[in-house]
Amino acid sequence: MIVIEKRPQPSQLWSVATPIVAVVATMIVGGLLFAALGKNPVEAIATIFWEPLFGEYAFYYRPQLLVKGAPLVLIAIGLSLGFRAGIWNIGAEGQYIVGALTGAGVGLAFYPLEAWYVFPLMVMAGALGGWAWAMIPAILKVRFGTNEILVSLMLVYVAEQLLASMSLGLLKNPEGFGFPGSRNLQSYPSGHNAELIEGTGMHWGVVAAFVAVIFAYVLLNRHMLGYQIRLTGEAPRAARFAGVRPARLILFCLGLSGALAGLAGLFEVSGPSGQVSIDFNVGYGFTAIIVAFLGRLHPVGILLAGGLMALTYIGGEIAQGNLGLPAAAIQVFQGMLLFFLLAFDLLTNYRIRFAGKEVA
Amino acid sequence: MDLSAINPVLLVASLMVAATPLLLASIGELVVEKSGVLNLGVEGMMITGAISGFAVAVETGSPTLGFVAAAAGGALLSLLFALLTQVALANQVASGLSLTLFGLGLSALMGQGYVGVKPPPTPKLDIPVLTDLPVVGRILFGHDLMLYVGVAIVALVWAVLKFTRAGLILRAVGENHHAAHALGYKVVRIRTLAILFGGACAGLGGAYISLVRVPQWTEGMTAGVGWIALALVVFASWKPWRVLLGAYLFGGITVLQLNLQAAGVAIPVEYLAMSPYIVTILVLVILSADKSSAPASLGRTFHASH
Repeated sequence: MIVIEKRPQPSQLWSVATPIVAVVATMIVGGLLFAALGKNPVEAIATIFWEPLFGEYAFYYRPQLLVKGAPLVLIAIGLSLGFRAGIWNIGAEGQYIVGALTGAGVGLAFYPLEAWYVFPLMVMAGALGGWAWAMIPAILKVRFGTNEILVSLMLVYVAEQLLASMSLGLLKNPEGFGFPGSRNLQSYPSGHNAELIEGTGMHWGVVAAFVAVIFAYVLLNRHMLGYQIRLTGEAPRAARFAGVRPARLILFCLGLSGALAGLAGLFEVSGPSGQVSIDFNVGYGFTAIIVAFLGRLHPVGILLAGGLMALTYIGGEIAQGNLGLPAAAIQVFQGMLLFFLLAFDLLTNYRIRFAGKEVA
Repeated sequence: MDLSAINPVLLVASLMVAATPLLLASIGELVVEKSGVLNLGVEGMMITGAISGFAVAVETGSPTLGFVAAAAGGALLSLLFALLTQVALANQVASGLSLTLFGLGLSALMGQGYVGVKPPPTPKLDIPVLTDLPVVGRILFGHDLMLYVGVAIVALVWAVLKFTRAGLILRAVGENHHAAHALGYKVVRIRTLAILFGGACAGLGGAYISLVRVPQWTEGMTAGVGWIALALVVFASWKPWRVLLGAYLFGGITVLQLNLQAAGVAIPVEYLAMSPYIVTILVLVILSADKSSAPASLGRTFHASH
């Protein structure tokens, strides 16, 4: 008979090994899925994980890794702090959109003025926009005890409508011949989040993502607030006795994750994407949830997980072009990864024993 | 703007149609939550039900088989959630989210060949005399069968929870799983069954969108209905008949904003389209003060370690 026994301490080994096992399991089951779709599984998996890094056109894809990974890491770092404390912001997609709107809005307001301070102001506006959008669930939670999961998620749909309204109305390019979408910020030097080093994909968003990783690491390991976040997640009652004020923690965690998501939106809209348009958001805010868990809510882990997830995005696009693999297959693949991760996490906290018949 | 173009009888009739997906999904989630499990994967199960039902209805030409397949599809996906949370003891919030992300991807994959296809029409009830009655005929007796099934499920859940032993056990498991375990009830088994029921209901709700309400298949067509259904359970303070009331209220808002859009009200379309979500938030705020009726073990992992 199989008995599941709680470990006195979470296993350090399994805590690190789980994501790796989950990735391998996803590759195997994902391969079966691709085979069921009539593709060669080995070729498909190789295309997704090998081609972008070491393939013939890797010089083109490697910079993309930074471009796609940066928003994921930036958002996931913010989310992970809240997740650790049991504060579930799952509306990062909305905060990402609103950050892009406010940031791009400030930039477009200055157009065509060329000045050094335009971009920094856009960055601030982006962070502020995301922060404000996240403060709605935060304040409602603190003031009325409203469930932050549902409120932050509802606000994603509101933000999507706001995005549609803005790209068709207020922020529409007056010289765009009636097409929806704003002016392209890529052709406005003061408001363009350009590559810092030509051909590397390195833009300010990537820098911000690395800074966020370091900041989160220091916060969690060297700072009182980080300790309180960890304590609240692991032992909420003990945290309350230790004088942790939950309200402050909620405002901080939701606010910070909103600001980071807003930043990610701003860097995207002023850089790789270039303009506010109806289909600007592509689900980074939701994929970042997977990244946060895959990285074990640990800053360094999230950095690695963000890279891996960016790889599946890029590899998925290549597989779409070369093998005709449907885009949705990659989405299933990513969802599966989270499944396996959660399932194998059992081994971190519990031990499985093959025992004889149980004596009650 | 021409508000007189809005026909109140049609409005009420279409309100009931708009409310049914919500109603089905919420009543299923209510049972799940009553057993002490929080399944945030409603959206994923709905969309999976929507495409399974749609595909089977198109292939077989029978909407009835479509609905059966939708229930099976939703239940099958919820089985994954049950495995994660009840067997692998994973965090329920994270597992529910992963179910939604996975379901959205899976449905898009399954639905590739079905974009732009028309499903077989679901027959409407047509009782001579009754359906032809002025006003009430259209409202009460002129719908498809699934709509009445939805109301019947609400009545059934209410009766089972209130009057039967099975309902009592389900509530006991949701209130205090350790006590229920000590009394010899199989907590994991009961919860798994509740999760499967919730999945089947969500699947039916999804298929109602793709087969009756819209009726066609587009990616991500549930557009947050699953999440509103979760909010509705809170709104209803875990009481079945209040779910019905809430669903019709939300259905009313959805239909009304669509009618206002069509009537050309001076409010931009996007802001009208936001309204159901904003109303959901407002309702949550008003009702979140009272949490006393929530099942006490809601969202907590059960492990029989003692």
